[in-house]
Amino acid sequence: MIILTGNDLKTGDVIWWAGETNWSRHLSDAVDAGEEADAVLQREDAARRVNAGYSVEAEQTERGPMPLHIKDRVRASGPTVRQDLAIDTNIPIEKA
Amino acid sequence: MAESFATGGVGDAQLRYRDDEPCAQPAVTVEAFKGQTNATAVRLESGEDARELLAMLDRLTLVVVHFPAFTDGRGYSAARILREAGYAGELRAAGDVLVDQIRYMRRCGFDSFAPDAPLDAAAVERALGFYDHVYQPTVDGQTPVWTLRHGGDHG
Amino acid sequence: MYQYDKYDQSLVDSRVAEFRDQCERRIAGEMTEDQFKPLRLQNGLYLQLHAYMLRVAIPYGTLSGDQMRMLATIARKYDRDYGHFTTRQNIQYNWIKLEDAADILQDLSTVEMHAIQTSGNCIRNISSDQYAGASAEEAADPRPWAELLRQWSSFHPEFAHLPRKFKICVIASDTDRAAMRLHDIGIQLVENDAGELGARFYVGGGMGRTPMIAPLIREFVSADDLISYCEACLRVYNRYGRRDNKYKARIKILVHEIGAEEYKRQVEEEFAHIKTLNLDPPRAELERISEFFAPPAFDAEAPTEVDLSDPDFRIWHDQNVAEHKNPAYAIATISLKPVGGIPGDATADQMDLMADLAKQYSFDECRVTHSQNIVLPHVRKADLYALWQKLDEAGLAPANLDLIGDMIACPGLDYCSLANARSIPLAQKISQRFADQQRQKELGELKLKISGCINACGHHHAGHIGILGVDRKGVENYQLLFGGSGAEDVSLAKITGPGFTEDGVVDAIEKATDLYLAQREEGERFVDTYRRIGMEPFKEALYG
Ligand code: HEM
Ligand code: SF4
Repeated sequence: MIILTGNDLKTGDVIWWAGETNWSRHLSDAVDAGEEADAVLQREDAARRVNAGYSVEAEQTERGPMPLHIKDRVRASGPTVRQDLAIDTNIPIEKA
Repeated sequence: MAESFATGGVGDAQLRYRDDEPCAQPAVTVEAFKGQTNATAVRLESGEDARELLAMLDRLTLVVVHFPAFTDGRGYSAARILREAGYAGELRAAGDVLVDQIRYMRRCGFDSFAPDAPLDAAAVERALGFYDHVYQPTVDGQTPVWTLRHGGDHG
Repeated sequence: MYQYDKYDQSLVDSRVAEFRDQCERRIAGEMTEDQFKPLRLQNGLYLQLHAYMLRVAIPYGTLSGDQMRMLATIARKYDRDYGHFTTRQNIQYNWIKLEDAADILQDLSTVEMHAIQTSGNCIRNISSDQYAGASAEEAADPRPWAELLRQWSSFHPEFAHLPRKFKICVIASDTDRAAMRLHDIGIQLVENDAGELGARFYVGGGMGRTPMIAPLIREFVSADDLISYCEACLRVYNRYGRRDNKYKARIKILVHEIGAEEYKRQVEEEFAHIKTLNLDPPRAELERISEFFAPPAFDAEAPTEVDLSDPDFRIWHDQNVAEHKNPAYAIATISLKPVGGIPGDATADQMDLMADLAKQYSFDECRVTHSQNIVLPHVRKADLYALWQKLDEAGLAPANLDLIGDMIACPGLDYCSLANARSIPLAQKISQRFADQQRQKELGELKLKISGCINACGHHHAGHIGILGVDRKGVENYQLLFGGSGAEDVSLAKITGPGFTEDGVVDAIEKATDLYLAQREEGERFVDTYRRIGMEPFKEALYG
């Protein structure tokens, strides 16, 4: 599956596309953008609902959508060396 | 102050900080300019050497320096080199010229602008108005802080 | 320390207003991200892995207690109670909001600080020797020259869109604590035969994916020519540096491709022209700046002896205290490298404490070092014990300066969007493996430096032991390098061979240090033994 991510323009928060014009801070809310990925990114970027958006390859797991690349798993979880600042400590960082 | 924000009528420049009549001739390439002794306007691409023009300054009234991307800063050096050699004609920045670059371009000697995308006049005025001082002398005649501090009024 | 006059303040205030306007235009959609990015970068604002990141300049690494306190305030008010001191003597905040950015710069401007040109393809913050003005061996305090260069390079209209970033370092002693020759321009202040102070220019050093040591370009540039000569160096680069390939755009590639001799010839030619333009400031300007760096009022009566009867204090004193030019004073390094900690990170409370200690014990001055520590440059020997007690209470007294525990690590994949692998967890594991003080001391000076990718922010090329994070089919992997140095014995490290897993690299380092202990001759550091016996025995130990 293809999910979309980027940062909130004003706050910089990592956000995930949750369908329509919705973005969430939680990876678990991400939905498959499929073929529409580029079109959605373009539209959402122009509307400034996301900044520096890009699409990410992911797979559906029991924890929900999981990016294939470690970088995006770190983005979803927060710095692994500061669990106190983590968004979600349950995301497996190492390759599943 | 800018003479005019109108496009057209000022020989392609959207913004011009000169009082004289704009050059009516089209700007030709450096190669062509060398061969055409009656040409008075030249267009310098960003990879070209401004010093090639130094021997021909007396017949130039317009130099257009092209910025293929605003991040390509070679044109700033080209402009200063021309001004340092005494060129007093029109020096135009053309291409990917954005509001936030105009002030530095002015400091390097550009006095007219032909941006690919028209600039918002109010934004340009604002961008030019933020700073009262400069540290380093360039070719724009502004007295640098280094001179002001030591009682002089010119660098 | 340098203090702003109305002009410096006006320029910084103007920048805040300008950037506020730019941020508002971006938020209002009047600018695209592509157009905004170079503007925010020239104000130190990156978009990183988790949020915006702000890099605040600490010119030549010197700051006052009040400035340090403001860094703590920023951490509390706008970030998450901490900051990261970097190898370029700056500080980075990891959780900044774009809507706050202009307010932060405004707060900083109240203590004469800013984030101007801390990123982007322009002339960056000038770095220097953290012992400047305190060390006995320097030809002069390098900071007045660095300050002059700071002013010259700030808002320089010709050099704001260079092919790539540009880093300048100024030192004034033969001992190099600032990796001077790994900068785009490295300057060493020297005296000529007539006893005048001038600048020796090295140009074309750098790390990144193609590390190079800067060759000597000119033996002596007088103070009266400094600015003109820099203009010439930069103009040649701006005109002829490569712009077709980002990875070949640094000045080191230009100098390497045309050769140092040809580069020098072009610079001299440009300099001859520029010198006619009368761009150099009056000599009185350097003198004016120098007055701010006059030595503080040292206590002439202060004792020159230190009571070392407390053994724990003694360990710290032996490791982290360096000789001062005044026999009654000492230079104390506060290590930001506790066992298992994050190298270079400090909490807001720790910053406040360091600000207080600077005020109380060090003429209100501290320094940031390229190895991510903080220095109190002028401490009365009689105060060292009290200082140490306060540091120790706050977890700021690791006694590991220049030992394996004092490692450099970039933020890596925990924070950085360019990273291939995490640096910090590896740093933590290594420091835990070598936690024993006795053992570290036994290994002696050992500079270990970790970067999470080829950009080399963690100076791995310059490590006695360097570690480079790579991506091996989506899994973090680490290459090991030996034999680099960023000091006066500058050299570039070489890769040992195939990479390791995170745990594998910790084991490999232990094998290498064991070999060193077995092979070393009297007085040899790890790097000396490596240089003498070569890579082969180490390869044997690691892979054999
Ligand atoms: C987290 C955001 C950061 C980003 C995106 C970043 C990016 C980069 C890049 C792209 C380079 C290579 C430049 C080149 O070779 O042209 C570089 C080099 C460097 N960075 Fe960073 N960096 C970051 C953080 C840091 C930190 C935290 C430090 C200090 C610990 C640092 C210090 C340096 C140094 C010393 C170099 C080497 C300079 C040289 O090549 O001569 N950077 N950085
Ligand atoms: S070395 Fe790479 S991973 Fe580390 S901070 Fe620099 S760019 Fe990021």
